[in-house]
Amino acid sequence: MEALEKVRITVKVNGKIYTHDIDPRLLLVHYIRDYLGLTGTHVGCDTSNCGACTVILNGKAVKSCTLYAFMADGGEILTVEGLEKDGKLHPIQEAFWENHALQCGFCTPGMIMTLYDFLSRNPRPTEEEVRRAIEGNLCRCTGYQNIVKAALWAAERMRGGGGDE
Amino acid sequence: MYPPRFSLIVPSTLDEALEILSKYGENAKVLAGGHSLIPLMKLRLASPKYIVYIGKLQGLSYIREEAGRIHIGALTTHATIESSDLLAKRNPLLSETASRIGDLQVRNMGTIGGSLAHADPAADYPAAMMALNAEIVAKSIRGERVIKASDFFKGPFTTALRSDELLVEVRIPALNGFFGTAYEKLVFRAMDFAIVGVAAMLEIDKTGTIVKAGVGLTGVGSTAVRAKGVEEELIGKPASIDTIVKASARASENLNPPSDIRASSEYRRAMAVVMTRRALSRALEAAKARMKGQG
Ligand SMILES: Cc1cc2nc3c(=O)[nH]c(=O)nc-3n(C[C@H](O)[C@H](O)[C@H](O)COP(=O)(O)OP(=O)(O)OC[C@H]3O[C@@H](n4cnc5c(N)ncnc54)[C@H](O)[C@@H]3O)c2cc1C
Ligand code: FES
Ligand code: FES
Repeated sequence: MEALEKVRITVKVNGKIYTHDIDPRLLLVHYIRDYLGLTGTHVGCDTSNCGACTVILNGKAVKSCTLYAFMADGGEILTVEGLEKDGKLHPIQEAFWENHALQCGFCTPGMIMTLYDFLSRNPRPTEEEVRRAIEGNLCRCTGYQNIVKAALWAAERMRGGGGDE
Repeated sequence: MYPPRFSLIVPSTLDEALEILSKYGENAKVLAGGHSLIPLMKLRLASPKYIVYIGKLQGLSYIREEAGRIHIGALTTHATIESSDLLAKRNPLLSETASRIGDLQVRNMGTIGGSLAHADPAADYPAAMMALNAEIVAKSIRGERVIKASDFFKGPFTTALRSDELLVEVRIPALNGFFGTAYEKLVFRAMDFAIVGVAAMLEIDKTGTIVKAGVGLTGVGSTAVRAKGVEEELIGKPASIDTIVKASARASENLNPPSDIRASSEYRRAMAVVMTRRALSRALEAAKARMKGQG
């Protein structure tokens, strides 16, 4: 069993397959931003506190600043860039737009990816449950009020309702 | 903050992993979910020469009942424990504890084996491990050994695991009868570590007498502890709030918690009593509800 200085990884990101030889210490967030050029995923704190780097790995929201890229080898990643389909925003993106759930927008991709995981597991959340779900995502602008509203709006839209307009 | 360089080893079987650990021992660090080790590496508090990534090993993520006990694989994530139907029925103390760890993303990556091996003195699981008299299974090429929770935590970030051993399984009782459990965690901010955390388990009989009690505290010292005085005060007594108030007063016995930026030692001692009372009250309610439901 060999100790590797470089490691080859293959990942599927937003439906496209990539293979790279990387340094084992490369963090997943830097792989996504610097190797793939997908800069929608942000680095806020770099200490696993703010959630700006959240992406979906194998169906689950994770903080990509606290994973080595090699840990995603063989896996499937979804970033905020992969949400829109045929020029149409994902319902969660639409919800943020409609409910004024962002100001500077720095936290937004992370918030959206966390909610993507949460709403897939809990399609009918209470306000309290939404607030708990985004515990690991910090927003310095909005005061969270409209983010929570957007989450509930998106949940309804995704269940096939019209959104709370 | 870039972590220091290291060489990577990715075993594909458990036996391979154990071989590697016996060979590289002190120079190697196991990596599971990375949610304690990677932050430490970024801060240069850990700079292992070799990293042995066990995240790809098959068969270490499971929750199953065997002969009256629940066996949980080391790689089982906090999120899986939080949402387990088996645990909800047979040991909700562990699932409630998991649900209070960090945030949604942390729970998706962090593993029970990693949390226990890391042994943060304020981590959540250790309180439940003490309350439940859990067993921790360690494996090496020399064989397997079963370590009692009370012998496992040796000090802050220090456990009974040897450098060639892998934590492979955690065993807790499958609870029976009219039992109730609760985990109370005192925090001031979302997703924080516990200032004081109390895990409680009670069982009552048909006559309304407490027949079993387990109480574990975290955040109050160099390791989690079992509140033996509280347990003594509960067993054989009537299942009433009076009993609980009296027993909880003993929660700060023999405690010498640290003072730090989040709380003073004195405050932690006082809160150990309050949180114990809250956890036991809720556990008692659950036990009584179970008696009503089944009896
Ligand atoms: C933002 C944030 C908030 C958090 N909040 C909390 C909280 O509120 N409560 C709480 O309890 N925890 C909290 N944690 C810690 C979290 O629970 C970690 O997931 C856990 O402590 C480590 O698990 P891991 O799988 O990520 O382990 P790793 O980080 O991969 O490993 C941790 C340590 O254990 C060793 N190790 C891992 N697996 C094994 C094994 N099978 N055998 C032997 N050694 C092993 C490693 O070598 C390393 O030393 C938080 C973490 C973060 C990043
Ligand atoms: S950048 Fe990853 S949590 Fe802040
Ligand atoms: S919109 Fe600015 S940080 Fe959230």
